[in-house]
Amino acid sequence: MQTARAVPEQPLAVRLTHWLNVPLLLLMAASGLEILAAFPQMGPQGEPASWYPLQEWVPPSWLRAGGWLAGARHIHFALGWFLVANGLVYLIWMAASGEWRRRAFLPRRDSMNALQTMAYYLRVRKIAPEQGLYNGLQRLSYTAVIFLAVIEVLSGLALYKPVQLSALAALFGGYDGARAIHLLGLAALAGFTVGHIAMVLLHPRALLSIFTGGSRS
Amino acid sequence: MSFSRRRLLALALLPACNPSRPHEGFLGLMERFNAQVQAGMFRRSKLAPEEPREALTDPEHFPSYKVAEDYPEAPQGWTVSVKGLVAKPLVLSLAELRKLPRTDFRVRHHCVEGWSAVASWHGVRLSDLGRLCGADPRAGFVEFRSFEQGQPEEGGPLVRYSSSWDRESVDHPQTILAYGKNGSPLTREEGAPLRLYSAVKLGYKMVKWVDEVVYQPMPNGGYWEDQGYEWFAGV
Repeated sequence: MQTARAVPEQPLAVRLTHWLNVPLLLLMAASGLEILAAFPQMGPQGEPASWYPLQEWVPPSWLRAGGWLAGARHIHFALGWFLVANGLVYLIWMAASGEWRRRAFLPRRDSMNALQTMAYYLRVRKIAPEQGLYNGLQRLSYTAVIFLAVIEVLSGLALYKPVQLSALAALFGGYDGARAIHLLGLAALAGFTVGHIAMVLLHPRALLSIFTGGSRS
Repeated sequence: MSFSRRRLLALALLPACNPSRPHEGFLGLMERFNAQVQAGMFRRSKLAPEEPREALTDPEHFPSYKVAEDYPEAPQGWTVSVKGLVAKPLVLSLAELRKLPRTDFRVRHHCVEGWSAVASWHGVRLSDLGRLCGADPRAGFVEFRSFEQGQPEEGGPLVRYSSSWDRESVDHPQTILAYGKNGSPLTREEGAPLRLYSAVKLGYKMVKWVDEVVYQPMPNGGYWEDQGYEWFAGV
């Protein structure tokens, strides 16, 4: 008789890729903001975009890395590969291990649970809905952030090679469009991170499991 | 000696990853890797999209950068010389350049700082010039030198603006020695009488006020490249 091997809440591959993401994303964001500082505007030259409220705003030095434009570009284009590799390892491992089943947001399975969880957080509902490893809302946000990361990588590639990858750049509305999406994506990732940290601080067991692996099921 | 955050970071990462000397250590290794990736995905037949007339940037909003204190003025009797690994070195005046086949295109300019702008440019294809002078296929690199001089370090020596390129990008059909912009001859600010213009490199690779084109077997740096900016800098 074969017994299923117990799987921890956060298997080693998840913990490794998760924690590698922290320095990589921080350095990508900080070097990206140093690059932004060289031309802190959105929209083409001479036509500042009206939707962007932070025209001419230079991020404070503690948010930037690389010291100057050339240094920041070298950091950004060096570490970008490692971030992409880390993401690919994560996705391939997810697919191969079948772990995606308890993590990915599947609309049919998880939409109702996501709404119920939202209702619970908004105190419209008294009892939290039943959940496995994650509730529907967690699955939704953890899956959405993967798509966000893909958009960041693709818009970044469009900015890196707007001519060689002109079709990709066109998909983002051209060079200046890709630049806007790349920055908005950073803002969304920062928003996710703030929410993510707040939620795990409220749920210390989840916080512990990303260090230790957590209990086996 | 004050221990600013930046200095601490620099000390911690020395010498493997020092953003003030980015051609060395880990960052230098990754720059060479990225240059190979960029050269690998480069296709001479891949043209930058021709921009529509409506996309033209108001010339007043198309910045003209310089490293000299003032925009340099061409010396009397200016010519451009094409030399190095070539069968027949050339010395050409502007009138002689104008007699060569003319190429026009309207493309987007990408500055390393992150802005972009559109203009049309016309001049002589480098690939035509290379044929004319019998450029050796072993010349894998071409250095463009300017009569503009800048001072990278305060109080330091004056340095000629220059940039060296991979031959593939030089021979791209949208790489020209330009003598005109938006249908008119170049102004002094734009690099008159002659500048390098290309759709496949960042702005700082496009040397203005050119007076020497040198075909070489080995790459050289360049004005900004020697200070730490990326050498390949393709777009």
